[in-house]
Amino acid sequence: MFMTSLLTITPWPVLSAAILLVLLIAALYLARHTAHQAIHAVTSALARGFRLASHSVAHAEERLAARNREVLLAAGRDAKERMVEREFARIADTTRKDLSNYPDMHRRLSEAIIRIEEDQEKAVEVPPEAPGWAKAVEVIAKLDARNAGAEILADIHKSMLKAHAEAMVDYRKASGERHGLLRKMMPDWRLIQETLGRVNKSVASVIERSLVIDRHMQDYETIVHGEDRALSVLSSSSLVHFFVSMLVLGVATAGAAVNFTLIARPMAEMVGGTNFIGVFRTADIAALVIIMVEISMGLFLMESLRITRLFPVIGALSDKMRVRMIGITFAILLLMASIEAGLAYMREVLLQDELATNALLRSDSTGALVNAHLWITTMAQMGMGFILPFALVFAAIPLETFVHSLRTVLGLMGIGVLRALALILRVLGNGLRHLGTLAERIYDLPLFVPLWIEARFAAAHALPPAIEDESLQEVRP
Amino acid sequence: MNWRLFVGAALLLSACSSTVPHNTGVYLLVDTSGSYNRQVSKAEQIILFALSRLQPLDSFAVARIDTASFTEKNIIAKATFDDRPSTANQQKRAFASRVQKFVDESKAASYTDITGGLLQAIEFLNEKKPGRKEILIFSDMKEELDKGYVRNMPLDFKGFEVVALNVTKLRSDNFDPREYLSRLEAWRVKVEKGGGRWRVVNDLDRLDGLL
Repeated sequence: MFMTSLLTITPWPVLSAAILLVLLIAALYLARHTAHQAIHAVTSALARGFRLASHSVAHAEERLAARNREVLLAAGRDAKERMVEREFARIADTTRKDLSNYPDMHRRLSEAIIRIEEDQEKAVEVPPEAPGWAKAVEVIAKLDARNAGAEILADIHKSMLKAHAEAMVDYRKASGERHGLLRKMMPDWRLIQETLGRVNKSVASVIERSLVIDRHMQDYETIVHGEDRALSVLSSSSLVHFFVSMLVLGVATAGAAVNFTLIARPMAEMVGGTNFIGVFRTADIAALVIIMVEISMGLFLMESLRITRLFPVIGALSDKMRVRMIGITFAILLLMASIEAGLAYMREVLLQDELATNALLRSDSTGALVNAHLWITTMAQMGMGFILPFALVFAAIPLETFVHSLRTVLGLMGIGVLRALALILRVLGNGLRHLGTLAERIYDLPLFVPLWIEARFAAAHALPPAIEDESLQEVRP
Repeated sequence: MNWRLFVGAALLLSACSSTVPHNTGVYLLVDTSGSYNRQVSKAEQIILFALSRLQPLDSFAVARIDTASFTEKNIIAKATFDDRPSTANQQKRAFASRVQKFVDESKAASYTDITGGLLQAIEFLNEKKPGRKEILIFSDMKEELDKGYVRNMPLDFKGFEVVALNVTKLRSDNFDPREYLSRLEAWRVKVEKGGGRWRVVNDLDRLDGLL
């Protein structure tokens, strides 16, 4: 309507349109400088804003990365400290075990050695030699006493034979005694060998542990120095821990769901089947609360056993208090598991009752028949009701891993998001700057005629001084 | 400080707990007049179906329609099922046995006081205050009143759903189907004028939509 009226400013619409176009172009040309300035100002401001935002996000990303690095290193340090601590505890156990027996072992070794020494000394003693007849025979042989010397020599020979025989008997006796003593040494040698073997084994175990500690300590040092390799290893293992713990927690959740199904129906007998809290049945909430309490007890039990470290307060308790806590939490768990077994039995009874009632209401005589193997399912349900609370106790371990690795994973995700955001903002900033230039060109597009004229006009004005210069140059030489 | 927290939590829980009743109240009227008395065994089927559908805290009553239906004496069996499912099952079994006894001993009545039965049903269900109120009428819907019984009064069906079940065609309906249609229409108008919802279910094999 407005356009139609505009086209009627002259009797000829085409002329009217031409006039309007010329006016429009003239207006645009006149406002060109201001429009360019406005476009430039707006796009530059936006581009600057985006660039600033990009810098800010990049800075936040750096801060988050640094924080993540600190957390990761701290977690790695903590984990390594725990490992080293555990290895030291094992060494301490080995040493304590061996050293407690050391005085006894030392005494037995000393006694065995003393016995061996004594026996050895005894074995060294030899019987006295026969008298030195050789010198007497030599002296008599030199005597010039004719036949008298021969008789004496014969007597000496006889005495020597006798002495030799006695000496041989003594020698054999002494040898036998020595052999006996040496035989007696054998158990002592074996004892010493066994004892030293045990010592060797213990020492080897300690050496093995010390090698493990060395390895852990090397890792610990790389973590303490904040090396990139350590960070990369920690980051990847954190991701692995996250997904594995998530999987195990999923399994635990399924177990909890089975547990819930086992006890939800019989809970209706206790708290009523039609009461509601909000939109949830009170019986369902009660069943859920029981399972949650069981999981909490499991957590406390694991904390008391120092298997997990989610609650520093429990970890810092004295050993006596911890043992008490272990007893109490285990007793509560046992009680709840027994209750669950009872509820599982009740569930089966209720189910049968309901089936029988429905069969009666359907006038179905087959429905009321009792399955002969029903006890198997009843027992299985009771067994599951009893075992599942204890099985859920172990959910504390993946939960701890999940909680610890979640921080790292969230940090990594945050870094990724911030990095992407910074990139997007930077691209937007640059894009806007170019968009400003493009907008200026588009603005100039319908003004090509006046711009061309302006360019020609400017060229015409710029030409005379150049000619003057040339003329001057020609004059100078 | 702790007791304050405890009281706060208790208040929050009590505030969260729903005060709107979720239960259902069902009043089933069984026509025992004349030839319709033969259909009573079918009514038993519906009663058992209703029993299988009803939940703890639901109320259920079965009453006969005879010459004078506006009386508690006509109630054959009634129960508000216990909150505990096991007790509710026991109640259902007892209810079913009472209904069985009624079916076995049912005698044909001379007149059909449907309006009296409806009045009794409204009174019963209003007393029980259930979340949902259902009146099931197992009848051919042909009212025949004895001399002296006044039933031309408006009925308050606000919040009620009235379901006519197994509305059989009478011999006269076969001659002139308009009689059957006008009978049903008259009841529909009566119920809807009283603020209730009206429904007819004749196929007893398809009771899934019921309750």
